Amino acid sequence: MTLYIKGTGNVSPQKTVGHPGFLADGVTHMGTRLACVEPDYKTYIDPKLIRRMSRIIKMGVAAAVDALKESGVAVPDAIVTGTAYGCLEDTGIFLSRMVEQQEALLAPTAFIQSTHNTVGAQIALMLGCNGYNNVFVHRAFSFESALLDAMMLVAENDANTVLVGAVDEITNYSHSILERIGLYHKDIGSNVNLYEEKINGTIAGEGAAFFLLTNEPSTENYAAIRGVRTFYKPTTSQEAETHIRDFLSSNNLTAANIDLVVSGRNGNSAENQVYDEVHTSLFPGNLIVNFKHLCGEYPTATAFATWVAANILKNGVIPGVLNNGVETTLTFRNILIYNHSHNTHHSLILLSAC
Amino acid sequence: MSAPVFIAGIGAVSAIGNNVAEHVAAFERSEAGMGAMSLLNSVHSGQLPVAEVKLSNPQLAQQLGLKAAVSRTAMLSMLAAKEALDSAAIPGLNKLRTGFISANTVGGMDRTELFFESFLADPSRGRLKDVIHHECGAVTELAADFLGVKDYISTISTACSSSANSIFFGARLIRNNILDVVIAGGTDALTKFTLNGFNTLMILDQEFCKPFDENRRGLNLGEGAGYVVLVSELVATMLESAPVCTLSGYCNANDAYHQTASSPDGTGSFLAMEGALQRANLTPADISYINLHGTGTQNNDIAEGTAIKRLFDPLYPHMSSTKSFTGHTLGASGGLEAVFSVLAIRERTIFPNLRLQTPMQDLPFVPETMLIKNASVNHVLSNSFGFGGNCSSLIFSKT
Repeated sequence: MTLYIKGTGNVSPQKTVGHPGFLADGVTHMGTRLACVEPDYKTYIDPKLIRRMSRIIKMGVAAAVDALKESGVAVPDAIVTGTAYGCLEDTGIFLSRMVEQQEALLAPTAFIQSTHNTVGAQIALMLGCNGYNNVFVHRAFSFESALLDAMMLVAENDANTVLVGAVDEITNYSHSILERIGLYHKDIGSNVNLYEEKINGTIAGEGAAFFLLTNEPSTENYAAIRGVRTFYKPTTSQEAETHIRDFLSSNNLTAANIDLVVSGRNGNSAENQVYDEVHTSLFPGNLIVNFKHLCGEYPTATAFATWVAANILKNGVIPGVLNNGVETTLTFRNILIYNHSHNTHHSLILLSAC
Repeated sequence: MSAPVFIAGIGAVSAIGNNVAEHVAAFERSEAGMGAMSLLNSVHSGQLPVAEVKLSNPQLAQQLGLKAAVSRTAMLSMLAAKEALDSAAIPGLNKLRTGFISANTVGGMDRTELFFESFLADPSRGRLKDVIHHECGAVTELAADFLGVKDYISTISTACSSSANSIFFGARLIRNNILDVVIAGGTDALTKFTLNGFNTLMILDQEFCKPFDENRRGLNLGEGAGYVVLVSELVATMLESAPVCTLSGYCNANDAYHQTASSPDGTGSFLAMEGALQRANLTPADISYINLHGTGTQNNDIAEGTAIKRLFDPLYPHMSSTKSFTGHTLGASGGLEAVFSVLAIRERTIFPNLRLQTPMQDLPFVPETMLIKNASVNHVLSNSFGFGGNCSSLIFSKT
């Protein structure tokens, strides 16, 4: 099962939307909340429709439009979306009005746009796409499930092109609740300090990234996606390592064949310990870069990581913002994205050069 | 990729029963589950009938052996998924690659809405343990941990077609040799959020719903959970009792017409049914019974009916909407109706469409209004259509 990335779109806390170049300069964010750098949506969406769309819908649609335009595919055979939290802004609006107005005089718009399939449905509606449309909502497995679905659709000969992506947003409500749960390091200063030793806690992120995947090989493609795997609640780091070895060997690779590990380290020391153990044991000599200082921590951050890995393979360069200011030019063959969330949801995505 | 996928077990909880046997009995009695709200605490109590599961949260927790109640959505899921897995009685299950694919529409919203009452008054208030299972996936994990399943876990949410999609995603994981056994279906508890949401759309019937009636006025919301256990051909041969049916067809299509309304000719519904028939290598004439989506809203029933007419005319199979018993259980409906489709084959029974008095003028067919026993049921088509144009159809075939 190998699929190729033909087009990408990425609305993130960095300058990524509209393909301005590959992370030429980093956007510094102060505090614990990394908000997306959003485009002028009028260039993406009919202005009459923009007014009614919530922010997450606009972000998702813009990312999807970028991916489709770049690939030259007008209507994909299937659309598969991942979102852990769904449309939080509209959920919060409807919920708070319902509580405050004691269930009286409510308007339907926020409820209609609160359903988890809103972004995927709006893209289908905009494109007039009657094909397969599915939405995965499983925390830090959401994007990975969507990717697996896309790969199976192509393997089953039910699609040649699949638009696959993930969207998640931060809202005032969600940030304040997750802050109370204790996820964030309040005195972080800016996002570039995320991996400093004294930091214990992460920063919140959000984003919308879409990919047009095709079964047609071409030197124009960004990269090949060769596999995706998730595993749940490993009891030890050794169990995680066994899963990773098994995943690589099912793709006829060993850890030594991995030119670069894109790692989900996030500033939380308990979570970093798992990465450290796995990196030391499996990838002692491999090049490893972190990405969450750029996009923040959120359950579908691996979609941002996939965009990073695809661009590294296409451009043959690791931009300085990913690697302590050191730009690295290399011929990369294989990149492994390894991410876990609270040591509960572990995921692996393997990309190779075309 | 075309290896058969067998149904090895079923489990259900809804307003008409706390297990599969109680559902069969309720169908035999033609007894619907709607009534006045008794568990949900809403200002609309007394005006809007709902189809509640007849177990309170403490009763559910006790029945499941939990120390304390968690989200009702998760507890309904545990109850039905456990029944399904137990009924499958798969030998050597712990050596097989097992997955749990569940669906729901609003996750742990039943607890989140409690949290929000305090939280809105003061953001430092509200018990965090009421909100930590808000995510749809968190609800699935509570049930997966309860079942002891960890090889593959995921959650799907495509509004009212959610659990039909989880069932066929599960079947594909088996066909692609990723898993051997999948417990698949969905769950949803009644919440004030969904009740008020549907109420703003003015599609809730203030009396008991009348799907496919000319004078239908809308739907009744229900709650519940329904799961099937899907197994590979190899696992099927290991079972003590042979499975009664396979999941032979499935298709997902998008109506791409409107966020909440179906296109007048039911394009998405038509494509889903047609695609499922093609996948199963069947013709419309092979279908014995259609378990309709049949919500009872003006829009759904005419769109679905028009699509059925286009595909099946002039030979119509038996049809009924079992939502006339259970209400519309949203993320659970595809799972529950998959269980009812299996029961139609196993019990050789066509379930009635209750309260249908005046057939729809624009449709040349009428769903069954009486229970039919000793029916020849070989292939059942189950429809699930939802907001966002997400339409899915499943076909269950007698082995």
